[in-house]
This record gives sequence, C-alpha cells and structure tokens, in this order.
Amino acid sequence: MSSKLTTSNRAGWAFAAPGIVLIATFIIVPFFFAFALSLTNQRLISPNPTQYVGLQNYRDMLSLSVLQLAPERDAAGQILRDADGTPSYPRVRDITRNPDFPQYRGMREWFRVHLGDTAHVVIARDVVFMKALVNTVTFVLVVAPVQGGLALILALLVNQKLRGITVFRAVYFMPVVVSIVVVSLLWRFIYSPDGGLLNNLLSGLTFGAFQPVNWLGNPDTALPAIMGMSIWQAVGFHMVIWLSGLQTISPTLYEAAEIEGASKWQTFRYVTWPGLRHTAVLVLIVITMQAFALFAQIDVMTRGGPLDSTQTLVFQAVERGYGKQDISGGATISVVLFLIVLTISLVQRWLTRERA
Amino acid sequence: MAVISPDNHGLRLAVRYAVLVLIAIIFVFPLVFMVMSSLKPDQQLLADTSSLRAFLPVGDVSLNNYSKAFQRAPIGLFVFNSVLVTGLTVLLCLLVCSMAGFAFVYLNWRGRDLFLSVILATLIVPFETIAIPLLLLVSKLPWIGWEGVTIGWLNSYRVQIIPWIADALTIFLFVQYFKGLPRELIEAARVEGATWFQIYWRVVMPLSGPVLATAAILKFLVMYNQYLWPLIVVQQEQYRPVMVGLQYFFQLNIAWGEVMAYLTMITVPVLAFYLALQRAFIASIASTGVKG
Repeated sequence: MSSKLTTSNRAGWAFAAPGIVLIATFIIVPFFFAFALSLTNQRLISPNPTQYVGLQNYRDMLSLSVLQLAPERDAAGQILRDADGTPSYPRVRDITRNPDFPQYRGMREWFRVHLGDTAHVVIARDVVFMKALVNTVTFVLVVAPVQGGLALILALLVNQKLRGITVFRAVYFMPVVVSIVVVSLLWRFIYSPDGGLLNNLLSGLTFGAFQPVNWLGNPDTALPAIMGMSIWQAVGFHMVIWLSGLQTISPTLYEAAEIEGASKWQTFRYVTWPGLRHTAVLVLIVITMQAFALFAQIDVMTRGGPLDSTQTLVFQAVERGYGKQDISGGATISVVLFLIVLTISLVQRWLTRERA
Repeated sequence: MAVISPDNHGLRLAVRYAVLVLIAIIFVFPLVFMVMSSLKPDQQLLADTSSLRAFLPVGDVSLNNYSKAFQRAPIGLFVFNSVLVTGLTVLLCLLVCSMAGFAFVYLNWRGRDLFLSVILATLIVPFETIAIPLLLLVSKLPWIGWEGVTIGWLNSYRVQIIPWIADALTIFLFVQYFKGLPRELIEAARVEGATWFQIYWRVVMPLSGPVLATAAILKFLVMYNQYLWPLIVVQQEQYRPVMVGLQYFFQLNIAWGEVMAYLTMITVPVLAFYLALQRAFIASIASTGVKG
C-alpha cells in the first residue's frame, strides 16, 4: 500500500529534474568532453577548425626513451675528461636533432643515471609534464600518510575527557575554514628568505647557528615547504572525520578492555583501530583526491618554480588549457589525472576491503 | 600496580594541557600574525618578525594599511561579488538538492535508482579534472538576457553560480537525512490529500533544519573560498570575487602590510562566523564522513 501511495513518475521527475539536469550539464558532460577533447587539437579560440588527432596528445605527453651514451674517447681510445675528471659525453641535442633518428625528434633530457662509464639518459617529449607527474605523486605519497596519521593523533588527543577540550578541537580546526589562497599567501611570508618567521624561529632555537634558507626559492625545499603548509591547513578536517569515527566505537568495548587489563597501546590496536576501518578508507580517499588537486598553493606561492620543482598536474592543466588556450592539452592532462585518481581509489578500496 | 597520588595525577594533567596548548599555538600563530601585521607599517612589520613582537599589537599601530588597501583595489566590489555569488549559490543549492533528495527518498519513479547511482558516481570526479572542458563548454553556452540571445558565459555572475548549484555531496546529505525521517508523516499527509509540493514544503522542509545547516555551511565554505574557477572564467574586475581580487596585491615588491590588511578583511568575518557556530561547522564536516 505504501508503495502505491508514493508512486508518481511525474512528481518524481519534476522534483529531481533540476538537480539531474545541472549535474549532467556541468559535471557529466564536461567529464566525457575531456576524453573527447584529448583526441583533438581544440583551442579555446581558434580560426582553424578542430581536427581529430587520435592519441597524438598522449604520445606527445607520455613518450619516454632511454639513450645509452658512452663517454667520448680520443684517438688513443682514452676517455676524454674535463678538468674535474668527469668523462665528457656526446650532447643529447646532437642525437634528438639528428635526422637519422627521427624517433627522438623533439625530446629533451629529463634526468640521467651513470652506471660505470656509461650514462643512461632518460629523454622525454614533455619534460615539464613528467616533472609535474612525479611532483604530484610525491606530494600525494607524503601528504596522505602524514596528514592522515597526524589527524588521527589529533583526534585521539581531542577525544580525551578533559575540561575545555572542545576549545582545542575548535582551534585545531580553524585553518580549515580559511581559504587556501589566504593560507598560501600567509605562508609565503613565513617561508620568506629575509625576515621570514620560520628562519627567525629556527635561528632563535639554535642561538643563531641556523643559516637562513630560501624555502620557496630552492628546488630542494620548495615542494616540502608546500607539503608542510598543506598538511597544516587541512589536518583539522581529517581530525574531525576520525573523531566522528572514534565516537561510533561502543564504550562497552573500552570497558571490557579495561577489565581485561589491556595497555593503552593494546586498547588502540585491538579496539580503536578495528573500529576505524571504514573511516580510514574514507580519510585516505579524500586526502588522496584533495592532494592530487594541488593547485592554489602552487599558483600563489611558486607558479611551478624554481626549475619546475613544484609543477603539478592541475597547475599544468590550467597553464595549458587556460594560459596557453590549449584546451586539448589541458584536457589530456585532466584525463590522465582522473585515471590515476580512479585507479588509486579502487586500489585503496580493494586493499582495505572487508575480509570475510 | 603504581599508586596514583593526587600530585602525580595533577602533573599528568598539566602535561596533557601543555601538549594541547603547544599544538594550538601551531594552528593559530599565522592567523594572529596576520591580524597583528595588518596594523603595522611595512618596516616595523618586517623588523618585528625576529621577536615575539610579531604577534603583539605594539609599536606604530594604525589602520593605515586598511585605507591604503582600499585605494589599491575596489575591495567593496569584490566583497559584494563574493557575497552575491556565495549567497545565491547556497540558496539555490539547498532548494535544488533538497528537492532531488526528496524525489530519491519519497517518490517512486522510473529511472530513480539509476539516476541516484550516476549522481553518486560523480563524487569521485575531482572538479579540477573537469575545469578545462567546462571552461570550453561555458564559453559556448547561449544565454537569453536583456540584450536578446548571447553566446558565452565568461565574465558574468551566472558562470560563477549556475555550474555550482547542484552537487552530489549535498544531494547525498539530503538523501541520508530524509531516509531517517518517519515515513508515516509523509503517508499521512498524502492520505489527507496534500500535494507533493505541499508535503515537501510544509512537512519535510520544516523538519530539515539540521541538514539544511550542514549543507549550507559546507557549500558556503566551498563557494566563498573558490579560486581556480573564477580565476579562469572571470577576467573583468566587475565580476571578480575576493579570492581572485588578491592578485591586485601580488606586485614585484609586495606591500605586506596592505596584503595582511586585505587577508584580515576577507578572513576574519569567516573566522568569526565559524567561532560563533563552531559546533555546527564541525558537525557538518563530520557528517560527510558518515558512510551511506
């Protein structure tokens, strides 16, 4: 009887249609559009008609090759060395521009590894994309576990029964409501090489022994600096999600553990952690998705530099799709990014699946 | 087993609070620094960073940076744009998503389950992966306005509002909440001859305070803090929101005092709003973690 009362195709459609139409137009269509555009040479504004180019955009972005370079030798067969004793190698440019090797045309050196005297040079057609890919993956691999772990520690801290604990919870959460753009600009000052708070703090703590670092201007420290700030900003968000997981664990389990004489660690290991299984999956997936979307911090703090050490996939997608109006190039990066996010969330789900 | 004396207990409590306070300092110091620096002239601001004075309103304190910031950028306009876009989007989102949630929970219609699963599947698509194709799409969409039919939505309020009205997370929140309401209420109203719209508006909405608050807070945070989207679809000053307006302050030699004043102006209202409603804010975030 109840089903008869609620059956109504017309009303159902009327209520759901605005939401469905909007989501279809502004999320689902652009999503499939990204795949289609990545197979063309579409530009934002162009006098020429758009052409289908197949997988050319993917080839241009993903092509990699390894050159094995033997050191140059003189007439006597001795390895030529410069003043420091480093062997000299043929220039990569001479190979990528050599008409005899058309397969290497347009490729540039990404990095090289020396094994014995032979240099193995990895060349890529799109070195900036490769750097962006590696930086983004590094960012996710560091931020996901560190932020997730710190958030859990904070959640356990503010889950204690202490007077005024809600004040601390509110304070730890505060950066989450502040725009990441504002946070990025503030931290640009904290990381500043002259008069930056971080350098002053470190030199104060070491009684002046610490040498000031140009955190965002040095290729070795720029990405870690952005990681630190990103963790600081969003850790409160995940603390709250862990906290809601902690509060679903029945107090009787803790009482039982206490009666059994379990230590604090044992209680965490055998009561708390198993109860947080679902929360852990959720936190990991959400952090991973947020971390892959890394954009505003880069745009405000480094714009991809120094030496492309903070290039990221989204920054490159926007730089190409919007900055250079190369919509198809931006769409291709978007597709690659989506496929990575999809794969990772499927793998995370599978790794943390319920074992029957 | 060790006997816990009152002293020992007191010491442990003190250590616990000390840890909590130390962590709290890590989270608030940049924000305190921001507000205090906004009151100081640039030279003093830089000099103060080497001591705790950076966090205190000492020295030559004034509101000069604020008046200079107003001269540099049309801040009133940016705030108006942000409030308009955020306010309208939140209201329309609550309406559209609650209606969709209502249809998914209380009504039987062909395609219901299919549409719900397609909508929930979009949760896994990060906005950043569709931003570029969406940019192309909105640059070609038609619009009927005062001037007749025009092509392209770039540089407008609508391009900042309409694509953001419906989202899977908000619909999901309403679906979860509506499932928990007693179904008998709806059936009783139906038996008494109420129309579906009356049931939605007079029966379900008045009972939906908590979920409306949750959804509004989450949407507010997303919309007010928007950066990437307005950055690429709005080039005209006339439609810029506050976060993109920050670019007026990215000069070669950054006037940090003015930057801090601007940051304070666009952040403190949100922080005040948060501190006033902090339980509701935290509950909102927590509810996104409830598994469906």
